[in-house]
Amino acid sequence: MSRTTTRWIGRVAAGAGLGLAVQASAWADWGLNMPRGVTEISNEVYSLHMLIFGICVAIAVVVFGAMIWSIIHHRKSRGVEPAKFSHSTKVEIVWTVIPIVILVAMAVPAADTLIRMEDTRNSDITVKITGYQWMWEYEYLEEDVRFFSRLSEASNRARQLRSGIDVRQVDNYLLDVDRPLVVPVGAKVRLLLTSNDVIHSWWVPDFGGKKDAIPGFINEFWFQAEEVGTYRGQCAELCGRDHGFMPVVVEVVSADQYSAWLAGQSPDAGVAAAR
Amino acid sequence: MSTATHAEHGDHGHHPTGLLRWLTTTNHKDIGTMYLVFSLVMFFVGGAMALVIRAELFQPGLQFVDPAFFNQMTTMHALIMIFGAVMPAFVGLANWMVPLQVGAPDMALPRLNNWSFWILPFAFTLLLLTLFLPGGAPASGWTIYPPLVLQTGNAFPFLIFAIHLMGLSSIMGAINIIVTIMNMRAPGMGLLKMPLFVWTWLITAYLLILVMPVLAGAVTMLLTDKYFGTSFFAAGGGGDPVMFQHIFWFFGHPEVYIMILPAFGIISEIIPTFARKPLFGYSAMVYATASIAFLSFIVWAHHMFTVGMPLAGQLFFMFTTMLIAVPTGVKVFNWVATMWRGAMTFETPMLFALAFVFLFTIGGFSGLMLAIVPADLQYHDSYFVVAHFHYVLVPGAIFAIMAGVYYWLPKWTGHMYNEKMGKLHFWLTAISVNVTFFPMHFVGLAGMPRRIPDYATQFADFNAMATVGAFVFGFSQLLFAWNIYRCAKGGEKATAGVWEGSHGLEWTVPSPAPLHTFDTPPVIK
Repeated sequence: MSRTTTRWIGRVAAGAGLGLAVQASAWADWGLNMPRGVTEISNEVYSLHMLIFGICVAIAVVVFGAMIWSIIHHRKSRGVEPAKFSHSTKVEIVWTVIPIVILVAMAVPAADTLIRMEDTRNSDITVKITGYQWMWEYEYLEEDVRFFSRLSEASNRARQLRSGIDVRQVDNYLLDVDRPLVVPVGAKVRLLLTSNDVIHSWWVPDFGGKKDAIPGFINEFWFQAEEVGTYRGQCAELCGRDHGFMPVVVEVVSADQYSAWLAGQSPDAGVAAAR
Repeated sequence: MSTATHAEHGDHGHHPTGLLRWLTTTNHKDIGTMYLVFSLVMFFVGGAMALVIRAELFQPGLQFVDPAFFNQMTTMHALIMIFGAVMPAFVGLANWMVPLQVGAPDMALPRLNNWSFWILPFAFTLLLLTLFLPGGAPASGWTIYPPLVLQTGNAFPFLIFAIHLMGLSSIMGAINIIVTIMNMRAPGMGLLKMPLFVWTWLITAYLLILVMPVLAGAVTMLLTDKYFGTSFFAAGGGGDPVMFQHIFWFFGHPEVYIMILPAFGIISEIIPTFARKPLFGYSAMVYATASIAFLSFIVWAHHMFTVGMPLAGQLFFMFTTMLIAVPTGVKVFNWVATMWRGAMTFETPMLFALAFVFLFTIGGFSGLMLAIVPADLQYHDSYFVVAHFHYVLVPGAIFAIMAGVYYWLPKWTGHMYNEKMGKLHFWLTAISVNVTFFPMHFVGLAGMPRRIPDYATQFADFNAMATVGAFVFGFSQLLFAWNIYRCAKGGEKATAGVWEGSHGLEWTVPSPAPLHTFDTPPVIK
């Protein structure tokens, strides 16, 4: 099933359900819904999410509608006599088969997207990411560039217990780091994830997902950001006391800016600075 | 139908009284009561921890607790609610109702029954004591993933031993329920004539026996990894931290159904009673329960889609997980069809049962969404998951328990509970549960990870809302406890049948049910 079809079914299902197809896109701005993100995959994931959501809403309208109708009309206070029926093979077959058909219709586009998400071939650059309690280390494998990335000083001061600092005045509170990961726009970036201590999980919602960083394992993940910008996320796997304080920040820049940035990185500068 | 029943039993004339009675009792009704009271106490203890969590999350910034203590609260809240509140409540209901529903004089193994209850207070004393140890309580989440859990301090052996004790208690309880159902049914009660609560508990008991030993094995390996130099889960020694997750969720997913199948049974008893119409599709309900139980063993890795499984594995677990929607859908459709063209009244048990069907279904929908792997990679470990499992556990399992308590309370105490207070409790609970948990869907989708003590400012409004809901929910439960207490002490006398539409053996004995019932088995035609 093509992506356009998927998206179209999603719209129709959501529309049939609540007539919310229009609002659905507005929700993203309100922080109510999953972001569409800036990669082809994240857009597909968003469409899948809206498709399933629409189907669930449509089913809910039918089931809850029947329940509410029944609660209003089939109540003793209206003097109704209860019916005696207790089964109907025909109906039971119908409501077993219809869900199976719906599930198959959902499984096909989901499997299609998943297969493409798992394809890490033909990457342009590779970054090795190591999780620590509680920071990330980024290592550009082709470039001899390595550095740590930690919660920004401003957020770190404000997040101390009863710090007295109004966290609303802190820029990107808890979602800002001292040194972000920098990647070129439009490049397929392959990530190799591992950990130095406990399990962490590297998540940027705008890139369409997350992957665990596990000690002793190297996991693969990739993204190809189509828009220049700064994208923020957090560690998603409980990793101890400061689990909530190891954000992920990725700056997607133009190819020229990326080359300039690379040129400015002396080898291991970040590591030296961190120690 | 004969209901040979007497209040006193000649050869059991000399019961100990006071505390000794409760320590030594082998009576299924006494033990059922103890389970239920224990679970209510744990519900308030775990609930107090939830309120600590929600108070800290009321506003961004850290106001009340250290992040380490916050993690202890999330961990203990989950362990206490799962193993201390929900599971013992269902076992308590089984103790009370299974013998009454199958026409048996007691549970098959009464001494084992006593022991399986009395292990629990010790298990939870051990667990709660860890709050006072240096280093505090376990803080690794109830999923106790290594390597993180191996960083636990002095609390670690207490945690492992407490889990072992809970497992022992559950296994013994399950054995007792299976033996009772298989051997002590009244003559004429074939398997397919059993009430659905008995059926769902029979299947649940098998799940318990199959998976609790798996958990015991997993935590024992953690213990030896920490203290005896093994490396089952330590990559540095050739072990595999992901293997723990596979083992844990092979227990954990059936565990999820252990907490919901008996709820299905309770709802399947209550809706026909108040719709005054037989349950629609009885045998489909039984087969659906069995299918859900079977599927629960082949879906565990859907909790682990982000660990880096092979594509084929992810596809397999996605498809099997989606399949669960079919038998679960059958159940929901059958409940609606039972209501359809009935003559419904809306006493408190029915209100909770109807809210169960609505809100559990919402939890089912988010569960279906979570099954879709590409989308799950976004939802995973976000507040969307927190919303999902609280919808199936709170307005799911706990609403069913409350429905069951209101439904059978007159049978247990011989008095009617206060209907007005029951309805007030219902409406406060049903509204606040949605105010608490619905906004969690939104913040989760917008990118808020779970198990964090502080959050970025764009999540503030919905978190404040959830906290207000949580406090209203928590304090509303005092009405529940007060209503039960008042009902135990007195009130309008209940008849044997209690409800106009009641059906089944438990309603043929007087209210309150005397200590010994069905000394002579009833005959089922």
